[in-house]
Amino acid sequence: MSLLEIKGLRANVGEKEILKGLDLTVDAGEIHAVMGPNGSGKSTLAQVLAGNPAYEVTGGTVHYGGKDLLEMQPEERAQSGMFLAFQYPVEIPGVSNAYFLRAAYNEMRRARGEEEVDPLEFADLMEQKLAQVDMDPAMLQRSVNTGFSGGEKKRNEILQMAVLEPRLAILDETDSGLDIDALRIVADGVNALKRPDNATIVVTHYQRLLNYIVPDFVHVLANGRILKSGGKELALELEERGYDWLTSAPAVAGAGAA
Amino acid sequence: MTTPVAAASAAESYIGAFDELVNRDSGPESVRAQRRAAFDRFAALGFPTTRNEDWHFTSVSPIADEDFVLLSSRSGDVRRDELDPFRFGATDWHTMVFVNGRFEPTLSDVGALSPRVGIRDLRSAWTDDPDAAARVGTITDWENQSFTALNTAFMQDGAVVRIPKDEIVERPIHLLYVTDANAAKGMMHPRNLVLVGRNASATVIESYVSTSDAMYFTNAVTEVSIEAGATLRHYKIQREAHRAFHVGTTEARQARDSHFVSFSFASGADLSRTNVYTTLAGEGCGTTLNGLYLLDGEQHGDHQTQVIHAEPNCFSRELYKGILDGRSHGVFNGKVYVHPIAQKTDGKQTNNTLLLSATAHIDTKPQLEIFADDVKCTHGATVGQIDRTALFYLESRGINAAQARRLLTYAFAADVLETIEVAAVKDGLESMTLERFV
Repeated sequence: MSLLEIKGLRANVGEKEILKGLDLTVDAGEIHAVMGPNGSGKSTLAQVLAGNPAYEVTGGTVHYGGKDLLEMQPEERAQSGMFLAFQYPVEIPGVSNAYFLRAAYNEMRRARGEEEVDPLEFADLMEQKLAQVDMDPAMLQRSVNTGFSGGEKKRNEILQMAVLEPRLAILDETDSGLDIDALRIVADGVNALKRPDNATIVVTHYQRLLNYIVPDFVHVLANGRILKSGGKELALELEERGYDWLTSAPAVAGAGAA
Repeated sequence: MTTPVAAASAAESYIGAFDELVNRDSGPESVRAQRRAAFDRFAALGFPTTRNEDWHFTSVSPIADEDFVLLSSRSGDVRRDELDPFRFGATDWHTMVFVNGRFEPTLSDVGALSPRVGIRDLRSAWTDDPDAAARVGTITDWENQSFTALNTAFMQDGAVVRIPKDEIVERPIHLLYVTDANAAKGMMHPRNLVLVGRNASATVIESYVSTSDAMYFTNAVTEVSIEAGATLRHYKIQREAHRAFHVGTTEARQARDSHFVSFSFASGADLSRTNVYTTLAGEGCGTTLNGLYLLDGEQHGDHQTQVIHAEPNCFSRELYKGILDGRSHGVFNGKVYVHPIAQKTDGKQTNNTLLLSATAHIDTKPQLEIFADDVKCTHGATVGQIDRTALFYLESRGINAAQARRLLTYAFAADVLETIEVAAVKDGLESMTLERFV
């Protein structure tokens, strides 16, 4: 059984159809890259998988760990080990990062039938996780993402990922707006979490991040469907040739998707 | 303005109780004369109607239409342990307890206060501290405010607190007004006076709470005088019974270099109006007026603040936040007057409201009248709902929808609660905010 199995997925934002029959299968232990031009539906795919109610699923099926994902509330998906690193992490003034992380961590533990941890135990855990993503402990006392720089926000997403240890992590444009140093820290964080029983989907526009997070599979998403799939060398080809050779020739693209 | 017909009928329903009161033991002759003058003013003014600009969004007809009985003798039946939920977990505060509007010495603990501090109930002050008692009615404008006139006519009890020059009172003084079932259909007119001497400092907490769900009317007035260089922190906690009516006015007068820090928390009563007024009557004063109101069901909660900048080089800071659910109605009116002489005034006013339902509503009205030309005065008001993006972000981390909403509701109020300097009060109000909208 695959960890994630998407078949013929269609989704709208408002009246506009963004995903138009998307198929994708991810098995445990794999890293998949989903690449594509702006507006191709990459972020929509990520948000739909996480259960954002702003997106309406109009067709297709998604199974996650054998369960019907589309029937699950966003928090149930998270409690079942799904994690979305947001392209635009949300600022929440008034809620400290430490409180937020511990609340999320304890929800996960509760869902697994484990004891909640108290603030002291949690502080020990955080010390190790902070080091892993090279983050200043002072960031824990600040409100969630509030006033963080772009790089700090992305690093905070990876910190959450490190704490929650997901089965399926979806990184939505985690590389955008990062300099190379920050990019490497983020990539190291992701690589350190890789295990045979979990999987990662890296959604990105550029090949750059894939120098550091090496994918097993690369998929090209355009116009709401996967046009082409291949190995990591496909990313290099896309970097070289751009997306036009795939998207501007509908006949070829249609054949590739079929 | 009130019509003569309404005014006459307003006074008519109170005249019997008033005659009875002045014919009984109701203070020294000077107080009785003030009562008569105040009752005449109330008779002339009547209850305010919504044609009065200051009451445009708040109809007091539920109060005007009710025949309240003046609670004139000790009527309460409250045990000490019943007060525990209202003490914010503090055991070492100086506390005066009033049950159904009357001072209850057996429930009060003020023995640990320095003997230099004068603290008495109003009736004792009339005989034991007449100089202080004579200040009652000199700070508020009872001649032009109906409810304050009504209070001045009917006041029977309250606290007279006098902090002498240079005295630093470390622990809060808690004036705890509690009602029980015996208050049903009754009215009370608590009258407090807080005099803070030169370079002195104190914290006064004024709570209005109930052990019952009785319908009653509290009409409280607190007068505050802050002498040069002194500081008063004043926390007003309005948690009246849900069918009760509450009108409360705090009016301060500040001398040179004094500081007034006010926080108004309002979550109780069916209909409430809270006035917080201060006059910056000397140079170099600062005033901070903050507040949080939590309303749901059919509650109506109105706040009016007024800062009069009468002298140069003063600052005022104001942050009021409201969280409204159900079909509740919130009102905020923030007045700032800057006199021509009050150059270099630095004023900032903010009112933010979070609406948790489609049927709750807020009327917010900043009102700045600036007659000096070298000042910095800003105001801003926002009305919003729970941020759906933030809600989804929390849910995507495994936090269930209800908990996420609570967290965001609390987070909305967090910055104004952070300004509370008494940790026990801050923690208590934080918990009340978290638990209010479940």
